[in-house]
Amino acid sequence: MVTTSRRPARKRSALRRHATRVGWSFILPNFIGFGLITLLPVLVLFYMAFTEWSAFGSPEFIGLDNFKRLIGDGGFRTALTNTFYYSSVHIPVTLFTSLGLALLLNTKLRGVTFFRTAAFFPYITSIVAIAAVWNQLFSADGVMNQLVGLIGINLDKGWTANSTLAMPALILVSVWRDTGFFMLLYLAGLQTVPRVLHEAAYTDGATTVQRFRYVTWPCLRPTTFFVTVYLTIQSLKVFDLVLLLTRGGPGRSTVVLSQFIYQKGIVEFQYGYASAAAMVLFFLSLGITIIQFLVNRRTAP
Amino acid sequence: MTSSTAPASQRTNRPASLHDRSPLRSVYRALGYLALLAASAFVLLPFVWMIVASLKGNNQVFTVPIEWIPNPVKWGNYIEIWKKSQMLLWTRNTLFLAVVIAFLQVFTGSFAAYGFSKMRFRGRDALFLAYVSTIAVPWQAYMVPQFIIFSKVHLTNTLWAMIALQAFGAFGVFLMKQYFESIPDELVEAARVDGLNEYGIYRRIMLPLAIPAIAALALLTFITVWNDYLGPLVYLRNHDIWTIQIGLSSFINQYNAEYALIMTGSVLSVIPIALIFGFGQRYFVEGVAGTGLKG
Repeated sequence: MVTTSRRPARKRSALRRHATRVGWSFILPNFIGFGLITLLPVLVLFYMAFTEWSAFGSPEFIGLDNFKRLIGDGGFRTALTNTFYYSSVHIPVTLFTSLGLALLLNTKLRGVTFFRTAAFFPYITSIVAIAAVWNQLFSADGVMNQLVGLIGINLDKGWTANSTLAMPALILVSVWRDTGFFMLLYLAGLQTVPRVLHEAAYTDGATTVQRFRYVTWPCLRPTTFFVTVYLTIQSLKVFDLVLLLTRGGPGRSTVVLSQFIYQKGIVEFQYGYASAAAMVLFFLSLGITIIQFLVNRRTAP
Repeated sequence: MTSSTAPASQRTNRPASLHDRSPLRSVYRALGYLALLAASAFVLLPFVWMIVASLKGNNQVFTVPIEWIPNPVKWGNYIEIWKKSQMLLWTRNTLFLAVVIAFLQVFTGSFAAYGFSKMRFRGRDALFLAYVSTIAVPWQAYMVPQFIIFSKVHLTNTLWAMIALQAFGAFGVFLMKQYFESIPDELVEAARVDGLNEYGIYRRIMLPLAIPAIAALALLTFITVWNDYLGPLVYLRNHDIWTIQIGLSSFINQYNAEYALIMTGSVLSVIPIALIFGFGQRYFVEGVAGTGLKG
């Protein structure tokens, strides 16, 4: 009697073990690679940031010394300020242009399909080619200088050689590159706005602006949230474009956080110090994302 | 304001295009076209420049005012570039990487996605959380420890490093999981009842149904690998294993006054992407928009 009541239970747990084994076997091929290449380095980062370690020799624990050094490092402060400058313009401008274009493309104008394709193309064009072209457009005799010359502004230097214009130039290229991608997300979001709501608002005499403010914008909330999170991370980690377009120059006017980490870690072999700077990037990205999630949840209707 | 001029029947049927004939509407339309035209010009200008400059003589590239039609057209640039650079070698290396990585990413990604979306087992949610949590962590934040780990196992300066770097991305798992979840569970249950094991269900039912997602993932991975600049910059020192992006950027540094040739190289590096995008556009837009919103 005891055995009959126990057998199904044992069978069930054996089944569950089997399911677990099979389940893990599906995940493992990817997870082993993912764990070794992504998770492990993140764990090692937490250790390395508290050590003094160069290419030769072994890591030596030094507590918070790297972080104290970061605070006093003018180069690091410049990199951080530049990253914030870049982000604080790049995020809102890209949001605005991508939403604006999505609204424009959501109408019945002709040529919309062509434009959707064209606008997405910069996003998948290699950054090396993009930087090469824009470097020529921004050069002293380039298109941009001739364009602003039309409205009476005469610049004798190229934009990327001008310490005031280098960052705006960088942001301009980023916006040009990213808008098509986020526009696609917004276009997908616009398809979810219920048509009835627009019709109802229309019957009640709402103007175009009012309908956007009270119907479209609230319905786009999930899209806007995702776009903001994604844009923020993308802005904070900006690197390759800077390296190819300005190399952080002229002077240090466009050096960004990722470039500082690369310079210290990969070029100068100051592994510990670079890791401390990388921790700042890590918590900046993660922290801001978490805050965005919390704010989103609290203000959700 | 315009609503009063429109017939009521039209209002209920086609509210969006209600004020079709009002003068204000045509002003709106004109403004819309103007905005679209300006945006198109802004988007396309760099590509036009790229192509035009690639067909010019070097001292014709920067003229005031700009010549938008090269005269004479210098096709010779497209022959010279192969002699001055190792484009062929770089392309071969990159193609090899892109194909291998796309295959691995599709295989491991879809395999893991099946486990996450169609099976219940202990530890599943914790594992998935590990994937999700890395979304907010940029590669730049852990590239230094990763570089050290790779160098400890002598992977730096090999093409294996590039494969390891990109073949196991979380993106593939998310994209495939998203798609698998749109396939009804009843289908899987029915197959289980019929005695098919999980691997059989994955291979014979899920994979054939997921062809569009597989195409999207393969194309996106191919493009990511083709365009990757930072990975090769950090890991590939040896010129024999350079990829197209790192090769092209070093060519640009070396011949920095050969403006026309630089554009020729850029055009050549973009052509494969343009072709893939042209053929697989539908997969792309759906893949990006789909994972973007829900992933």
